[in-house]
Amino acid sequence: MAPAGEAVLEVRDLVKHFPLTQGIVLQRQIGAVKAVDGVSLDLHKGETLGVVGESGCGKSTLAKLLMVLERPTAGQVKFNGEDIYSLKGKAFKAMRRNIQIVFQDPYSSLNPRMTVGDIVGEPFDIHPEVAPRRDRRRKVQELLEVVGLSPEHINRYPHQFSGGQRQRIGIARGLALRPDVIICDEPVSALDVSVQAQVINLFENLQSEFNLSYIFIAHDLSIVRHISDRVAVMYLGKIVEIGDESQIYGAPSHPYTQALLSAVPIPDPTQRDRKTQIVLQGDVPSPANPPSGCRFRTRCWKAQDICATEEPLLTIRPGISHPSACHFAEQAQIVETHDAEEFGLNQPVPTPDDDDLVEPGTLP
Amino acid sequence: MSDPTASAAGVTGTLEGHAGSPPTTAEPGREKPRSLGRDAWEDLRHNWVFWIASVLILILIVMAIAPGVFTSASPTASDLDVSRQGPGPGAPFGYDLQGRDVLARTIYGARASILVGIFATAFATIVGSFMGIVAGYYGGWTDTIVSRLTDVFFAIPIFLGAILVLTSFPSDENTSQVAAYTKVAVALAIFGWTSTARIMRSSVIQVKQADFVQAARALGASNSAIIRKHVLPNSLTPVIVVATISLGGYIGAEAGLSYLGIGLQPPVISWGIAISDAQTYLRVSPHMMMFPIAFLSITVLAFIMLGDAVREALDPKLR
Repeated sequence: MAPAGEAVLEVRDLVKHFPLTQGIVLQRQIGAVKAVDGVSLDLHKGETLGVVGESGCGKSTLAKLLMVLERPTAGQVKFNGEDIYSLKGKAFKAMRRNIQIVFQDPYSSLNPRMTVGDIVGEPFDIHPEVAPRRDRRRKVQELLEVVGLSPEHINRYPHQFSGGQRQRIGIARGLALRPDVIICDEPVSALDVSVQAQVINLFENLQSEFNLSYIFIAHDLSIVRHISDRVAVMYLGKIVEIGDESQIYGAPSHPYTQALLSAVPIPDPTQRDRKTQIVLQGDVPSPANPPSGCRFRTRCWKAQDICATEEPLLTIRPGISHPSACHFAEQAQIVETHDAEEFGLNQPVPTPDDDDLVEPGTLP
Repeated sequence: MSDPTASAAGVTGTLEGHAGSPPTTAEPGREKPRSLGRDAWEDLRHNWVFWIASVLILILIVMAIAPGVFTSASPTASDLDVSRQGPGPGAPFGYDLQGRDVLARTIYGARASILVGIFATAFATIVGSFMGIVAGYYGGWTDTIVSRLTDVFFAIPIFLGAILVLTSFPSDENTSQVAAYTKVAVALAIFGWTSTARIMRSSVIQVKQADFVQAARALGASNSAIIRKHVLPNSLTPVIVVATISLGGYIGAEAGLSYLGIGLQPPVISWGIAISDAQTYLRVSPHMMMFPIAFLSITVLAFIMLGDAVREALDPKLR
């Protein structure tokens, strides 16, 4: 499924620190929130890259950086080989056409004072070269049809639509300029489960029709699994594990990924007791003061001295099929998958033994 | 995205069941677009406070434009024989010290009050909105400078500021009426725009963070287009409410300044001047003061009521 084609988007060592300042007139920096701290990934043409992680791990900041709604502290993002942060003027505006975003909240992503026609047609106002003025109305109606809305709704206002329909309007706006890449920042987490499925199907249909590449940010693991070709797991501003869908779900190797997957509910009551949940202790540390070495060590049951001193790099480790940022990475099967056998995994789930649990703060 | 029309059928086909159906919030057979403004109007239409205030304001505006409609008496003809005579046949409000018809003078006085109120509100709203948008939208150093400037003006009470301005630049007999109105209005607005600026700033900061503004930026819209199409229309509501309410306040302040003898000057006819003239005879001829004060109170009240009704209609949370 994953086409190993050319990379549309190459993200290299992307860093975003938000300065923490003190003082009213003469502000001095007393620290920084390391929202995104050295993220590298590739997005191939026609592929969906899922990005998962809990709240505050930097997923949305990553989306904003890719959209150039924020400027990075360091690092670069290449779109078709060109660094998007060094583009200026016309070239920058042209680049905007190729990367679009769909937001999480369909209630705040549409201007309540504009009609649907104005909202979906706004991209054509900003980039008049895309469509001549007389064609715009027709184009907007086509777009509404593409996303499954009636073209007659062109004169309605957003508050006359349901959440799912509003999200479709947002998708139509994102599609208007025929972008190559769409960043989906939790596009279904504000929707009902039944509507989620419709919108996910819409995303998949649009992808095959227009050869779109998606970066699909979400915290719902089953949705990401359904839609993604590859998955990146983020923790505290870093990618801890990246691989294709079957590798991440069938043979997760990073303890954090394993813990995340063990939290996915099993839709079979008879299996429920057989499942071992890995319950993580403590909270996510503050991104303003992340732990030394491995950032996950304060909550990891495998943590040793080396984890505090040496930062594990995101590389392919012996015996593991995909890059993982853990010194003690080992593949395990956490959830039932059809792909599990191909990795030859039948060992039991590594359960964190209470004695082995390292309390946060007691580490060197 | 080669051929959206051809592909549309395929995509919609699978989704028709749920998405194709008309939205639940719209009434069937009613395809007229219902904007927020329209909804607000629907709300206002059923609000009796709005109608009372509107009728009063309409009457006052007609009074300001064509005072002759309400009285045939001249506001300047004086007959000392009837000086301070109380209400009676031919003069329902009585006569003032100079023997002029109080009804005529009260009606002719509406023009000064309403013009000064409208000028002052317009000036304060335009300046305040501009400052608020600049501070709120651009943030950073711009915000710091504009906000501190606002604080400096805010520190001086409106009335004291207006007194300072008007005593520094006094009007005399040669000043034209329009210039006199404008001067009072500007004197009030110079220190009155600050509250509008503060409200605008906070409401712009709130709107600026909305996803639709981010979406417009992601599409490559310019700052001016974002302000014009997204920020301004969505942050104007509280400013409109404040403008309506403060209009009443400015009318009261104009009367106050005229009462002190530094606002409008005779021969301009204004409620403030009438009240000021009448205060010496308050105990013997209370009618001279009662009528202009009643008109002033009703006018201020009407604008405040209108402002309240508009605020209720524009704020969906109060519905």
